[in-house]
Parts: sequence; structure tokens; C-alpha cells
Amino acid sequence: MIPIRFSRSSLSDGRWYEYPIRFVLGGVATVFTGVVSSRYGASIGGLFLALPAIFCASATLIEKHEIRRKRKAGLAGERRGREAAALDAAGAALGAIGMLAFAGAFWLLVEISVAAAFIGASLAWLVVSIGAWLVRRKLRLVRRLKTQAAPRSRGAATEDPELRPRTMPWR
Amino acid sequence: MTEYVVRFLVGGAVVSAFAMLGDVLRPKSFAGLFGAAPSVALATLGIAVYQHGATYAGSQGLSMMAGAIALGIYSVVVCHLLVRAQLRALPATLLSLVVWLIVACGIWILAGGLT
Repeated sequence: MIPIRFSRSSLSDGRWYEYPIRFVLGGVATVFTGVVSSRYGASIGGLFLALPAIFCASATLIEKHEIRRKRKAGLAGERRGREAAALDAAGAALGAIGMLAFAGAFWLLVEISVAAAFIGASLAWLVVSIGAWLVRRKLRLVRRLKTQAAPRSRGAATEDPELRPRTMPWR
Repeated sequence: MTEYVVRFLVGGAVVSAFAMLGDVLRPKSFAGLFGAAPSVALATLGIAVYQHGATYAGSQGLSMMAGAIALGIYSVVVCHLLVRAQLRALPATLLSLVVWLIVACGIWILAGGLT
């Protein structure tokens, strides 16, 4: 079974001002891309459609939330915060494959039909991203089965199984 | 001026929507997929098609492929800086932007300006 779920409690981890910050960052990144495109041309502007400007903010917020949660429990939380942000980055690396598929599909379809380009590219992003995530998950499970006899890592009692191993998140 | 206000509002709304989706999804690595969602691209390409036509937007889409490859490398570098170098998230993600810029421009130049 795929353990993808919604966690509404995560929304309460954030502060109210984080939402306007993201809105402003998203708006600024879109304006910036538009300025680059109109000044240096569509080709250079296109590069910046994949600029990870928003990722900087979201990784920082994830780290903050994790530290805050651990501090409430009387722990330092810095290491857990870094690990949570690293997991987010590992997910973003897989999402980048999906973004590549999005860009490729859009480029191939846009001159045929604009609507088909947006729908096809979005579907390509979704399918490729989720597919890459599932393949990575499968590989991790196979690896875990192979090392099942080995002693468990010391973080085994944490609530999020993804934060247990102290290896690089994509392994 | 109106164009930039529209860009700001559309970009802010699309990015916020994807970010909130990433917030509520678990596990964390799955939510991370939404950190690399084409939110800015959806907003920008929509405006590009409306203003300049399909060929212009197609050219942006082609270049975006180089940016996406750079994003993948950027994410791996961020992971290394967080886990191995034990940097905090903000310096790790900001420092890695240099890597993104070098890789994206490098691919763009190697591909002959992706024209």
C-alpha cells in the first residue's frame, strides 16, 4: 500500500505570516521571470522558469517547523530540522525529473494546441514525479530488506519513519 | 505595469496553492515533489501564450528543460550540504543557487542557446 496521506495538523505548525511570504515570493519570482524574458528574450527567460526561489523558503520553513516541534518536546531539534529539509530536497530532486517532463511535453505540444500543452505537460509532471517517487521508494524497501539482519539505527523510535535512517535521504 | 501586477498576483496564487498542497501531504519526501512543482512556469507560460503566442512560450519551455536538469542537481547539492556539511536550510539553499545558475547556463550554452 502507498502511504501517501493528508496531514491537516501540518497547517497548524505554520505561522500566519508564512502564507503571505510565500505569496510574495511566488509573485516576485514570476515577475522576475517576466522581466528577464522581456529584457533578454524567451530562451534565457525560460531557464528561470525552473529557478528554485520558492524552494529556499519552503525548505527553511520545514526546518523551522521541525525545530519548533522538537523544542516543544524539550529537544534541541536542529538535526531533525536539517533532516526534514534534506528529505524535502530529495523529493525536489525527483520533482525536477517531473519538471523536465513538464517542459518537454509543453514544448512538444504548444504549437499543436495550447490547451493540450498545458494539460499534457501537467499530467506529464504528475505521472513522472509520482513514478520517480514510487521507484525510489521501492528501491529503498529492497535495500532495507537486504539489510534487515543489521542492527536498527538509534532513531528508530521517531514518529516519522522517513526520518529514522542517518544516511543520505535518496539512498 | 498592469502586466507585472497580473504576473505578481497569478504567480503568488499558483505558488501558494502548490506550497499548501506540499504542506499537507505526507510523507515528507512525497511532499518535496511539490517543492519542484512547475508553479512559476504555469503562471508565466500562461501569460506568455496570451501575450506573445505559442512559439514564444514553446521557446521558454525548451529552455526550461535546462533549468529543470539544473534543479535536480541543485536539490542533490542541497541534500549534501544539509546532511554532510550540516549547514542550516537557508544558507544551504542559497549557496546552492550558484550551482543552479552555473549548471543551467552551462547546459544552455552547450545546447547552443536552445534556439
